[in-house]
Amino acid sequence: MVHLFRRSLLSMIGLTLIIILLLVALFAPFLASQHPSYVEVSTEQGTTRVEERWEIHFDQKLLPPSADHLFGTDDYGRDIFSMVVYGSQTSLRICLLVVFIATIIGVILGGLAGYFGGALDEILMRITDVFLAIPYLILAMAVAAALGRSIDHIMEAMIITWWPTYARLIRGQVLAIREQQFVEAARSVGASNSRILFRHILPNSFAPLLVEITLDLGAVLLVAAGLSFIGLGASPGTAEWGLMISEGRTVMFHAWWYVTFPGLAILLVVLGFNLLGDGLRDVTDPKLRR
Amino acid sequence: MKTWEYIVRRLVLLIPVIIGVTIITFVVSHVIPADPARAFAGGPKAQPETIARIRAELHLDKPLWEQYFYYLNDLIHLNLGKSFLENRPVTTALAQYFPATFELTIFTMLFAVPLGIVGGIISAIRQNKLSDHATRIIAIVGYSLPIFWLALMLQYAFAYIFPILPLEGRLSVGMASPQFFTGFFVLDSIISVNGATLVSALLHLVLPAFTLGFSTLAIILRMTRSSMLEVMGSDYIRTARAKGVTERRVIYRHGLRNALIPTITVTGLQFGALLSGAVLTETIFNWPGMGRFAAHAVLGLDFNSVMGFTLIVAIIYVIANLIVDLLYAMIDPRVKLGGG
Repeated sequence: MVHLFRRSLLSMIGLTLIIILLLVALFAPFLASQHPSYVEVSTEQGTTRVEERWEIHFDQKLLPPSADHLFGTDDYGRDIFSMVVYGSQTSLRICLLVVFIATIIGVILGGLAGYFGGALDEILMRITDVFLAIPYLILAMAVAAALGRSIDHIMEAMIITWWPTYARLIRGQVLAIREQQFVEAARSVGASNSRILFRHILPNSFAPLLVEITLDLGAVLLVAAGLSFIGLGASPGTAEWGLMISEGRTVMFHAWWYVTFPGLAILLVVLGFNLLGDGLRDVTDPKLRR
Repeated sequence: MKTWEYIVRRLVLLIPVIIGVTIITFVVSHVIPADPARAFAGGPKAQPETIARIRAELHLDKPLWEQYFYYLNDLIHLNLGKSFLENRPVTTALAQYFPATFELTIFTMLFAVPLGIVGGIISAIRQNKLSDHATRIIAIVGYSLPIFWLALMLQYAFAYIFPILPLEGRLSVGMASPQFFTGFFVLDSIISVNGATLVSALLHLVLPAFTLGFSTLAIILRMTRSSMLEVMGSDYIRTARAKGVTERRVIYRHGLRNALIPTITVTGLQFGALLSGAVLTETIFNWPGMGRFAAHAVLGLDFNSVMGFTLIVAIIYVIANLIVDLLYAMIDPRVKLGGG
């Protein structure tokens, strides 16, 4: 199966892009020429929150791309390349946390509902129907607006938005698998419900789940960037890709680089996840063996 | 008749879903904020008197289930609260902005769906040739793009570098709207025989519709392509060919009809993406629609408007998917016969 994957050029490109993302995020301090500092700030709810601060160099504002500043500088003189590089850490953190937690919630609820069926299943189906009746960005936007502007809040909002997708996916898988013969066999030798669920059913649901996770990592990034763009999410001054595009928009016509490079970063990362997810889907879906 | 049964059944199922949606919007607006009264009053800068007044108006001290019934009562009376940014009822604002968004959405679909289907067919027919690969790559880039970034790049390219298209808005600056019949500028211009407005309206639609529709076009193209490929390899197609049916007839009469079925479903789901995308696209092109209204409401902490917008969009999306399901039921004979 792995060799099929390796033969697909597009899948390998996707994998490469994601590996680059991981390396950039990991080695950000070595790649960037400027570095942010992190300060604790008290919020209106009385708790503290960590905020990113960048040094300002007004004498270097809005410089075009050059050897010193690969992506140019912004209207505060900050190096955009460094901000894009550190932004990869923020983006990666958001995508991974949201998808990870939404998956756990969805797998537990969907798995239980699919396996035990009955009223539990009906209730879950109705609930997920309702959640899935509201487009992702719009639901996340409403929840994030209710919670207040911060990156943690958009992550919470997106987890709430995304878990039904996984619940439905796993439920469908469990329903399909639990009627199969090997499950009957396990039951006939007296395996307990939890053993059947964890040792037999869930491992076989893994493939479509992996595809969905990969594709959703990209989708979450797009929604997160969109939310930051309209003013939820990252606070001003943070190096977050969506926010940078929003700030760059005001100076776009005489400083095209401010908008272009963060957007390009988003595009390449989402493209990587999509190519990777497509490749995984092609090798794991038996129908598509061409 | 099975079809009618199906239609009635789907219509009845609509009600619990809409009620469920109101429960979600209620929970998001009344339960999730740390202080709902403050949220409705406009956030951190609200005056204590305003907050107290709103707390009384919205019965926020009563038990939650009671609050929900007050909320439902308001909804039934078409009261979504007041937008304090625009100083008028949310329903009035949404009603005013709706035609602009609807017109944009229609033109986006008119652009994305036919092109997507045609592109998918061509790609499927020329499977694995260069044009197929090129189209697929463009498609996959298409739905990986951040839509607000695409909008800005297009603005930069076609309204600044090669200024052949307008930068923003629905009409040229200073131009009066056409006489009001429908609220859709293109239609109204045609009805009132106003050539200048018609041209302006159409030109202003180009960039926003392209931006909004590009990812939809990409997804429809992929879906059409893959379902065409699946269908074209199937037994009944082989039979048709063996019978001597011409290739063109095979593609259009037999292949396409069946390949379009999953495409219709995808189109319905994409409608949600269009409504979401409209928020971002309308903001950038300064399009006076519901999406821009929502984005401004988010920025301006106008919570009533955000929640009103969310509820209305959810209802529109549910109805759109219902229509798609009904279309699907009418086209796919397997549904009619109770199977599939």
